[in-house]
Amino acid sequence: MLRFTLRRAVLMVFMLLGLLAITFTISHIAPADPAALAAGPDADRAMIERYRVEYGLDRPMYEQFAIYLQRLLTGNWGKSIHTTRQVWDDLVTYFPNTFELVMFSILIAVALGVPLGVVAAVYQNRPIDHTIRILTVSGVALPMFWLGLMAQLYFALHLGWFPLGGRIEMMTDPPQAITHLLLVDSLLRGQFSTFVEGLHHIVLPAVALCFPALASIIRVNRAEMLETLNQDYIVNARAHGLSTFRIVAVYALKNAMLPTMAMIGLRFGWMLGGTVLVETVFDWPGIGLYAVQAAISSDFEPIMGATIVLGFFFMMTNFVIDLIYGILDPRVREQV
Amino acid sequence: MTGPAPLLSVQDFRLEFDTFDGVYKAIDGIGFDLAPGESLGIVGETGCGKSVTAKSVMGLLPSPPARVRGGRILFDGEDLLRVGERRMRAIRGNEIAMIFQDPMTYLNPVFSIGTQLVDVILAHQRARPRAERMTRERARDHAVEMLRRVHLPNPERQLDSYPYQLSGGMRQRVLIAMALSGRPRLLIADEPTTALDVTIQAQILDLIGELRRDLGLSVVMITHDLGVVASVCDRVVVMYAGQIVEDAPVARLFDHPAHPYTRGLLAAVPHPGRPAASLSSIPGSLPNLLDPPAGCRFHGRCPLAGDDCLRPPPTTAVADGHRVACWRAMEAADAGA
Ligand SMILES: Nc1ncnc2c1ncn2[C@@H]1O[C@H](COP(=O)(O)OP(=O)(O)O)[C@@H](O)[C@H]1O
Ligand code: SF4
Ligand SMILES: [Mg+2]
Repeated sequence: MLRFTLRRAVLMVFMLLGLLAITFTISHIAPADPAALAAGPDADRAMIERYRVEYGLDRPMYEQFAIYLQRLLTGNWGKSIHTTRQVWDDLVTYFPNTFELVMFSILIAVALGVPLGVVAAVYQNRPIDHTIRILTVSGVALPMFWLGLMAQLYFALHLGWFPLGGRIEMMTDPPQAITHLLLVDSLLRGQFSTFVEGLHHIVLPAVALCFPALASIIRVNRAEMLETLNQDYIVNARAHGLSTFRIVAVYALKNAMLPTMAMIGLRFGWMLGGTVLVETVFDWPGIGLYAVQAAISSDFEPIMGATIVLGFFFMMTNFVIDLIYGILDPRVREQV
Repeated sequence: MTGPAPLLSVQDFRLEFDTFDGVYKAIDGIGFDLAPGESLGIVGETGCGKSVTAKSVMGLLPSPPARVRGGRILFDGEDLLRVGERRMRAIRGNEIAMIFQDPMTYLNPVFSIGTQLVDVILAHQRARPRAERMTRERARDHAVEMLRRVHLPNPERQLDSYPYQLSGGMRQRVLIAMALSGRPRLLIADEPTTALDVTIQAQILDLIGELRRDLGLSVVMITHDLGVVASVCDRVVVMYAGQIVEDAPVARLFDHPAHPYTRGLLAAVPHPGRPAASLSSIPGSLPNLLDPPAGCRFHGRCPLAGDDCLRPPPTTAVADGHRVACWRAMEAADAGA
């Protein structure tokens, strides 16, 4: 398992370099005048020249790439031409909110999706299976922002169970940053009322965001469970008197979880990059909203920054899923 | 019937499958007895209902699509068709155990041998009085003992290996160890050597014979290989299209086969006892059991068929312990003698 992990980690480093090579190309090579682009539309000639020298844009390519990497590693990710804030600071502010939202959402999707998939498979074509199918079909068919709006109208406006939007109340002081994840930091700092408040705010957007993922997890898990429950080793387990619960929840599910994990990983990746609609509806200060605003105003550095962060976490997701695969399946662990 | 009460007695058992195309009458009124300590062979070509019979005894057929249409399956006097799933689960492994054809697919690929074996052993404990139940550590020791018993090399180390790391023969040994870990009285072996190399086949058959002697097991050996029957069975029933057409002691069956189908099978074996004989060398194929032919189910392929064969043939005893279902059983027996 250690060798397997190391191999995956090395692979991951190479993929990351690949990603950075792409963003480097987009920012340094593709534009007619990268310095003019980076300096922004309002910059005059002198500013652009200063920029060119400051960022080494007059040097050879490989040197520029090295400078680029060094810049990124030291947290110098450029500035937003609109707010003139450091992109790095913005990312550290906004990305953790999105990460929390997506994490929370995928946890809901897995915690509900896996058992519902199992139940649907065990009771195939019975009423409960059909009921669950309504959920999976609507999860795929209904647009997320519409679900979000409806949830907001009903549970926040009408019933008043949840706040309308935002990360926490305006008047609440966020905990001093440790991980930049509000729920984690408020716990670490012992601010339980802030934690509860953060939780209260995250429920509706997370539920709205989780529906498509929930639907696919149920569908994949159901199909995989149906297939594994038909395998010879299940007959063998029954022939030796194992209990139905153990056969379904352990012997079959562990096998069915392999393809389901792949779907969970895929969905997690998609969600990271696809939160903007939910963030808009719930006024969630996340990176989706940040990136879209930057894109609308052609604010170059924030776009590139968001791209790198999202790409990096997409890769991390695949890495973690690979590791889980290795833990679940001895055959995967062995292969090179 | 003389002798001791049978350990297993299948009586007029009927079973159907509901399929998209209609009702498939897979088992049609079969009956046989197995005495304690006896080894009974069930032979017949692929699709004749051998595995369905075995799985019915174990209560392993999902319903739907399977539907029992009648009969009894008595194990030690208890009707397995009526005991219910709870009791059946206690019987599986503890009283009756089963091993299967393809050792490649009958072990769970993502759990170690030890985990699977210990799980089975622990499951067996639920059927025991509380005071006699094994702890997990004791179950692990028992697992090693069982692996040693089936002559698996390095049993302690093998506990941590996964199925894909073992050869077919070794996996079948693991499955046998699993089957015997609950000290069953009856072992049902469904073509346990069909998927193995010839040399490994002989080793596994030897192992089953050895365990049978040492543990006093009764064995139902399902096979389409008459060589296997000759080497491990005392008695044999021949199945054809969901029915039993002949039931005889092994020596008697080889010397005086009475049913034309059995005779065809034996003719396909150049030298009785040599394995790898194919049963499909009789011209023609099994009738479609969605709509079984009236009368004798073999008549489409039978060289002796006549008009009377359009009525179901009676089962007659042609000798002590030798039953045949054929209108011309006597003629065939005489001709073969
Ligand atoms: N679950 C099922 N549904 C429908 N038909 C089945 C099912 N299981 C077995 N059968 C049919 O029953 C017949 C007997 O099968 P089986 O007992 O497996 O044959 P074999 O003698 O080769 O072991 C076959 O023709 C098979 O198609
Ligand atoms: S009953 Fe008739 S058709 Fe059937 S096996 Fe005997 S002779 Fe052949
Ligand atoms: Mg079979």
